[in-house]
Amino acid sequence: MRKKTFEKIAFSTIGWFIGLVWILPVMGILMTAIRPYSEVIDGWWRFDSFNPTFSNFINALTHPTASMLEGMVNSLIIAVPATILPLLLATIAGYGISRYKFPFRKSLVVAVVLTLALPQQMIAVPLFSIMSNLGLVDTYAALILVHTAWGIPWITFFMRNYFKTLPNDMEEAARIDGATDFQIFYRVVLPNAFPAIASASALQFTWVWSDFFLALILIYSPDRILATQRVPLMRGQYHVDWGLLSAASILVMIVPILIYIFLQRYYVRGMVGWSGK
Amino acid sequence: MLRRARLYHFGIFILPALTLMAIFVMYPTLRTVFLSFIGEDGSFTLSNYTEVLRSRDIFNPGGYEGEFPFGALIHNAMWIAIHLPITTFLGLFLATFLRNVKGGGIIKSIIFLGMVMPMIVGGIMIRFMFDGSVGVVNMVMGFFGMHTQTWTAYPETALFSLIFGSVWLWAGFSMILYSAGLETIPNMYYEAARIDGASRIKMFFKITIPLLKPITVVVVTMTLLWELKIFDIVYVATMGGPGGSSNVLALQMYLYGFREWNAEKAAVVAVLITLFTLVAAIPLIRSAGDEAE
Repeated sequence: MRKKTFEKIAFSTIGWFIGLVWILPVMGILMTAIRPYSEVIDGWWRFDSFNPTFSNFINALTHPTASMLEGMVNSLIIAVPATILPLLLATIAGYGISRYKFPFRKSLVVAVVLTLALPQQMIAVPLFSIMSNLGLVDTYAALILVHTAWGIPWITFFMRNYFKTLPNDMEEAARIDGATDFQIFYRVVLPNAFPAIASASALQFTWVWSDFFLALILIYSPDRILATQRVPLMRGQYHVDWGLLSAASILVMIVPILIYIFLQRYYVRGMVGWSGK
Repeated sequence: MLRRARLYHFGIFILPALTLMAIFVMYPTLRTVFLSFIGEDGSFTLSNYTEVLRSRDIFNPGGYEGEFPFGALIHNAMWIAIHLPITTFLGLFLATFLRNVKGGGIIKSIIFLGMVMPMIVGGIMIRFMFDGSVGVVNMVMGFFGMHTQTWTAYPETALFSLIFGSVWLWAGFSMILYSAGLETIPNMYYEAARIDGASRIKMFFKITIPLLKPITVVVVTMTLLWELKIFDIVYVATMGGPGGSSNVLALQMYLYGFREWNAEKAAVVAVLITLFTLVAAIPLIRSAGDEAE
């Protein structure tokens, strides 16, 4: 019995030590962001003097050339429609694939998995040409369309897997009562699909918010660029201003982290379900 | 009748999603393949491929007098060789170990933070960890009296800094998947083994690992895809530098396509990355195909 308790304490100590090591870089960014640079120049872990300040955050938010406030508003303008649109289209498609028989249904599923493997670099150059032909380069419409198209395959796959686990009985009953396909979809299927929709929304929103590459090639006006694009601009010209850079990083990171904290259940389930099936 | 119903269902359920995908994903993909085979005079040619594969940016096995840079292709291969085994085993270890720790859930959330933050911030974190004056790596090394420097700023250490930093970012992925997998193993297997007098280590290798094999396939596939597509971290932490010594394929594609405006060379690099990701994804594609039957 004594051996058991000793083992438990040893395990916990090692476990918490690992957690401490893992959180050190995040702590570092946090400490550097809330303290004046003169205090952290020899290492943020020294606490000879400790004067917390918001000045780095205020400077990052109101930066003269790359204001984070503007960037975060821009990112939000992209991320909200780029989450709702693909979810709508892909939920419908995922339901269709799970319930009806089509020619090439199997190849459709395989095609969806193929697109999961596709790097964004593979579409970058032609995408830029398409958008400039449509006169959409440097507009939010371009980025929203691409994120929607890019999100559709995995959300379709994800929703299909979810719908396959839902029994068909209620839909059959509704059909016998004379409901149309769309009535069935809105009244019966959607309410039951809420957990899956929440998971997919959390992930899609996080990915769009965190995206850097697509924004980098499509948006370039200084007042239109997104939050993620502004972070690299915070690096000073001759030396790295870590206070500013840390504050900007925290501002960009806080949104996905809040989503993760509040929707943890859905988030992890989405991640596991998405890659596990 | 049946045929018309099928068409109708296809039209209302699939077509809207498929149209957008066709315009913004499938067409550009095929167009990139096409571009990669087009010469300056507009004719079909393989010269883009020979030019790119011979370029020192991509493939430079001799290095610069035997030192970095070795070319983006080799850098990606090194990334995989180091990062894949470490993150996979580390994730499995953490998932198994933290199960028996009080408050393990909180520690898992901390480790998973790296997966939640935007990769661009991940890159800043890595640059920060390895910084000469404020970095935590130097704090530890200085504590043991070792040499300190900004590790991402030197050709010999830049790529390794990024790779080990990305272990910190990515380990949470395999840990979460393995944790979910461990929950599905019925406890009675272990109880039966315990009655038979099996040791804990033996149970781990004879029960846990074999039953987690499907998860391992997913973890390895997804990790490979991530390593092949790596971009943001390198862009923000080193921009492939110094002197190309931490360059990777995805970044080189961006440099060709959007800095040099050479669409053909960029297309070749994109096709190369895609070939690798497709090979990596074969197990996933196969299982999806079987399941769709």
